[in-house]
Amino acid sequence: MFSFQQLAQQTHAWLQQHTGSFTVLVECAIVAVFAITLFAVLGLVLVLLERKVAAHIQIRVGPNRVGPAGLLQTVADTLKLLMKEGLVPNLADKFLFNLAPFIVMMVAMLLLAPVAFARGIQIWDINIGVLYISAISSISVIGILMAGWSSNNKYAMLGAMRSGAQIVSYELSAGFSVLCIVVLSGSLRISDIIAAQENGWWIFKGHIPVLISFVIFIIAVTAETNRAPFDLAEAESELTAGFHTEYSGMRFALFFLAEYINIFIVCAIGATLFLGGWMPLHIAHWEGFNHVMDYIPSSVWFMGKTFALILLIMWFRWTFPRLRVDQLLTLEWKYLLPIGLFNLLLVAIIAIMGWHF
Amino acid sequence: MYSETTIVTPDVLQQPLQEGQLVINVGPQHPATHGVLHLVITLEGETIIKIEPHLGYIHRSIEKMSESLTYRQFIYVTSRMDYLSAHINNLACAMCVEKGMQLEVPDRAQVIRIIMSELTRIASHELWIGAMAMDLGAFTPFFYTFRERETINDIMEQTCGARLTMNYMVPGGVMYDLHPEFVARVKSFVVQFKSKVSELEDLVTDNIIFRNRTVGVGVLSKADAISYGCTGPVARASGVDGDIRKRFPYSGYEKLQFEQCLDSAGDSFARYIVRIREMYQSIHIIEQLIDAIPEGEFQAKTKAVIKLPKGEFYTRVETARGELGVYIVSEGGTTPYRIKYRSPGFSNLSALNHMAKGSKIGDLMATMGTLDLVIPDIDR
Repeated sequence: MFSFQQLAQQTHAWLQQHTGSFTVLVECAIVAVFAITLFAVLGLVLVLLERKVAAHIQIRVGPNRVGPAGLLQTVADTLKLLMKEGLVPNLADKFLFNLAPFIVMMVAMLLLAPVAFARGIQIWDINIGVLYISAISSISVIGILMAGWSSNNKYAMLGAMRSGAQIVSYELSAGFSVLCIVVLSGSLRISDIIAAQENGWWIFKGHIPVLISFVIFIIAVTAETNRAPFDLAEAESELTAGFHTEYSGMRFALFFLAEYINIFIVCAIGATLFLGGWMPLHIAHWEGFNHVMDYIPSSVWFMGKTFALILLIMWFRWTFPRLRVDQLLTLEWKYLLPIGLFNLLLVAIIAIMGWHF
Repeated sequence: MYSETTIVTPDVLQQPLQEGQLVINVGPQHPATHGVLHLVITLEGETIIKIEPHLGYIHRSIEKMSESLTYRQFIYVTSRMDYLSAHINNLACAMCVEKGMQLEVPDRAQVIRIIMSELTRIASHELWIGAMAMDLGAFTPFFYTFRERETINDIMEQTCGARLTMNYMVPGGVMYDLHPEFVARVKSFVVQFKSKVSELEDLVTDNIIFRNRTVGVGVLSKADAISYGCTGPVARASGVDGDIRKRFPYSGYEKLQFEQCLDSAGDSFARYIVRIREMYQSIHIIEQLIDAIPEGEFQAKTKAVIKLPKGEFYTRVETARGELGVYIVSEGGTTPYRIKYRSPGFSNLSALNHMAKGSKIGDLMATMGTLDLVIPDIDR
């Protein structure tokens, strides 16, 4: 069967033979090209997907003019954004104003590194993968605060403050639910966590506590990516566009793209931790069934799970109204965080006693 | 009676900001105001200290304009006031002219007028639900409500020739007879409404976030509702039984069976529920009339040029937003000497500062949304 691992090893050997001491440099360049291409493609696909999903929920057709069935709509939108003038407000802090979208974008790019896209396709299998993700993802709030502060706009500042409070709070819950899986797997390395789910995904093996932490994780990452019903940072009926009110042209496009990439990444992480990443659905002692499942390529498994979660998050957005800022923080500090803490205790007991399957 | 209002004087307006306060402008161009309303909001963090509505961005001096238009012409201008209750505005003006002429309106015209008014009310409430859900951040209900509203607009277009500014009511009756398909289409709309409105209720009414956002938000007590002159669903949600259709029946409402929808909570959710129940009542009214439209004239015989006797005339109707009063002063000529409209939106807006003060800025959207403001109705 075709394996990406084999391909990667062959490429590595070939490069070593031909480039010698520059191998690492060339590999970095190849990975960068892949990552940027993936970025652009994912952005285009996800924006179009969101618009189609929204249209379906809202009993309308959605984009259907540019290209077959509207497939090129986002390409046209991107071209428009590229050609637009990027305005900088008069009294804005120009350095920070220009820097902010790049920080948000950079964070989204860095987060791609430990994601395992298929068997053997992983940019960086670092031994503290989960910790790395938690650490890097909390940097994006700096970019958002920077954008809000430097815009010299009251709406932007209010949006940035909301976003700061929100991301810092929900980071905790997301962290605790991720810790549950770390406790069960006994490793922070992404490949180990996936390997631990060979005979069943954690969401099935870990009893109800893992289910609870999965729900908390989904809620928390929805909040962390500033998606409805937690889109207070860009609440359009209150703050026009929140922290990116003053951004236009390509700088706005970077924020926009980063939002969708972040959705992809958090869903990919959710799929990796709770749904087994690229690991096919295996049920213990059902050999025939397991063999059939193995024939579905690992990348299809990974993408299928990730996009299922993405669709779930999109479904949230087009169904729920927005929370108020105090309700948002109440939900986190009074409900999710205590439940998450207690849940972690339960998971620790399960892990110690070996009660999981 | 005014419990916490301060009269705005120039020195109040020029009060220097205290430490930690900031002023933001919501409007005149803002997604939440649905028009060119301008609110100057003083905030402390996210908490509202004061709201000051600035009006006049869409003032078209309809009252002054009406003084140079004849009694047939000025009615059409009022379609542009509260454009979501165009029929009912026209009806109020037509009734006022009829009062001056002491004209009897044929039964058929009366029934048509009520059916049209109630269809307008449903269409207006449908649009309001969608727009308010959008204010709270839910986009989807908008499309569901517009599906029903579109059906009503199609019915209107068929009979009146227009979808928004119908100009269908004339002194003495209605302009044309009903379209032959009208009855069948209204009946099918009633069926459609009854089957589809539950979708909307699932999506909005029972949504836990929607409830959290509206229950207990923007409370207006009964005493305050009366003292601010609030009318319509806003007042009825606070327990003021001031439905003009019940209190001062016109155009044959006294013969119909319907309930006045009251609630005592006075919060945003009560205002929402009152409007939902009103739509059911409107459907109930239409059901009573649609099979019993009397035969006969649809318009009383009137002279080509209408002259009102010297005097003052006042009529009031219940639009989708509340009480609309039309006051005509006649000097005996073919044009009114002075016209004054008492529009519901203006009084309802005046209560906004009282209702939203001290709440979060997110609550302002829930409060303002449930007031159902139509800005041309406020500015005229």
